[in-house]
Amino acid sequence: MKLHYQVACIATLCIFTSNVFAKEQQSNKFNPQLSVILDGRYASYDNDPEEYELPGFSLGGEAELPEEGFSLGHVELSASAEVDDKFHGKLTVAIAEHDGETEVELEEAYIETLGLGNGFTARAGRFFPSIGRVNGQHNHAWDFIDAPLVYQGLWGAKYIDDGLRLSFVAPTDIFLEVGIEGLAGSGFPAGGERSDGIGSKVLFLNLGDDFNISSSWQVGLSYHQADVIDRESGGHGHGGDEGEEEIPAFSGDSKTIGLNAVYKWSPNGNPKNRHFILQAEYFQRDEDGEVILEGSDPLEATSINGDQSGFYVQGIYKFAPHWRAGIRFDRLDSDNTGSDIDVLEEAGLLNEGIKPTRYSVMTEWVPSEFSRIRLQYSRDESSENEESQWFLQFTTSLGAHGAHIF
Amino acid sequence: MNNIFKGSISKFLLATILVASNSSTFAAINVLACEPEWAALAKQLGGNHVVVNSATTALQDPHHIQARPRLISKARRADMLICSGAELEIGWLPILLKKSGNAKIQSQAIGHIMTADHVELLGKLEKVSRSMGDVHAAGNPHVHLDPRRMVLIADLVTQRLAQIDPDNSESYRNNNQSFKSDMTAMLERMKATVESLRNKRWVVHHNNWIYLNDWLGLQQIATLEPKPGVPPTTKHLAKLVSSLNENPVRAIAYGSYQPKKAANWLGKKTNTSVLALQYTVIDWEKPNAIVSWYESLITSLANALVP
Repeated sequence: MKLHYQVACIATLCIFTSNVFAKEQQSNKFNPQLSVILDGRYASYDNDPEEYELPGFSLGGEAELPEEGFSLGHVELSASAEVDDKFHGKLTVAIAEHDGETEVELEEAYIETLGLGNGFTARAGRFFPSIGRVNGQHNHAWDFIDAPLVYQGLWGAKYIDDGLRLSFVAPTDIFLEVGIEGLAGSGFPAGGERSDGIGSKVLFLNLGDDFNISSSWQVGLSYHQADVIDRESGGHGHGGDEGEEEIPAFSGDSKTIGLNAVYKWSPNGNPKNRHFILQAEYFQRDEDGEVILEGSDPLEATSINGDQSGFYVQGIYKFAPHWRAGIRFDRLDSDNTGSDIDVLEEAGLLNEGIKPTRYSVMTEWVPSEFSRIRLQYSRDESSENEESQWFLQFTTSLGAHGAHIF
Repeated sequence: MNNIFKGSISKFLLATILVASNSSTFAAINVLACEPEWAALAKQLGGNHVVVNSATTALQDPHHIQARPRLISKARRADMLICSGAELEIGWLPILLKKSGNAKIQSQAIGHIMTADHVELLGKLEKVSRSMGDVHAAGNPHVHLDPRRMVLIADLVTQRLAQIDPDNSESYRNNNQSFKSDMTAMLERMKATVESLRNKRWVVHHNNWIYLNDWLGLQQIATLEPKPGVPPTTKHLAKLVSSLNENPVRAIAYGSYQPKKAANWLGKKTNTSVLALQYTVIDWEKPNAIVSWYESLITSLANALVP
């Protein structure tokens, strides 16, 4: 349509007489978007962090304390792009140092449909399964330096797996999303040997809305099931007598339900200057199967009927444009039984009468969306060795920085 | 038996969806606007044939809202999306688009309108560095502050509405014609006032008025923010006090969603009048909201800037 109108030219305002304000061409957007997250930290503990344990829970995946002293945290390299008008692709590589060795981990590598239609979205590849809120966030977007205890105890700090997700957003006023994921079962807690088919599956449902322009809420429900084969995890710390470590490995059926809720408030819906977020998640896991101690001679084994659960509640308040403060309360509980209590004990799966508990406070200075300095203190009562933990974390984001989910 | 069962299930589902989607007219075109000005434009052009929602209010900073669940469900049902673009909504719109699963509003669709992609932009930057603050390389996205650009966008929206809903294309074109004649009539009426604003000097909170400056010939001497998106610092304000005392301006202005503290402080220190301006349309559902808004904008500017 040609934009020409025979309208009187009003002195200095020839408003409709020409199309000089029309744009000729769309600018080329840089494709793909690249970003680098740098994360440096300092940590101080009363006890040896290598000895860290959560009695009654198997520590798998990346469930561990940040390294003592100065260290490099989670460096993330990420590239994402709209591949064409149908797909969006994303790759995230995390580089971290474990015991003096630099490890490169492929965290995300997936393609996702863009507007499949009728509210459907499909994603395939490696991604963070939709088991809960914290799992959907990259480590740099966490509100504390570490994952909640329930994630440490049940999800190896973060659950990553390969597979396919199909989700559907209902055409309703209230936000209603349901989804299903079929996964290889290659990461903790499915762990161990990758299944040739679907080793792990997730069902999820999210519901959310605004109370008013200033406050909104979302609740989520998830169910995770895995057929686990030889899932190795950290044991009781003390290893074998001659330094020969016995590694507990679980095989069996694992079922976890999750419940999460978040409430957010900001004046007139402007989170830039003041913002309050109240968030909680609860998980409960039932496991039935067998635990063996790999490396034991003769091989020690026990049946296990596991019941592990935990929750956290946290409140984050942005009280000034560049300042945030937060508190978090963590608690876990377990009741694992089996045919051989001694083996369970050695595997670190007896609760020793302890409900691991942790209190954390943090404050952070956020000069811009791209940098943050955080100070965190935690009182950790996870085992009989209670301790104080201090953390300093400096995170910066270089390059493109995508939008954050609610 | 089986068919009866299936039939009643689908009827039930359809009924549920109809009740749940709660739209006043079933056939209406559902428009989601990112900002109130585009909601006003959609309402103006669409009339009774559209149901319009705005993702933000006039009291919200469109750079920094959250991709709330309610907005995802609105994006899910939209037939058309109208936003400013040029990275203004980069912190939340990509999430809405991805999570909506809605083909009609994706970037290549007819129902996807980023207004800044269709008009000449000011403030393009050759080189962008994060140290420059919250800048947009593609250009300044706040294009709605210039009626000349607004009418071009109105043409585009009219055209797209007609493509999406050909049955009512006549009505959309008529609405666009009357919108433009109302605009012309208003500008004709306000001609003297508009001209009186030429070359008047002012200071603004954030650099989101450059299209208004361009249109009215206002001289923006400084911004209260030291860099775009960076809140005013005492150091920067102190510098402004001395420069404004040397070279006075007519007024210090802040927009509806911006804090007034810095403007008031500087106003007191330099004995300059402080002006709260409607950065966008407030009551976008009212008829003729855009033209009335431009008129009140010109009027309040003239009251503050013209002696």
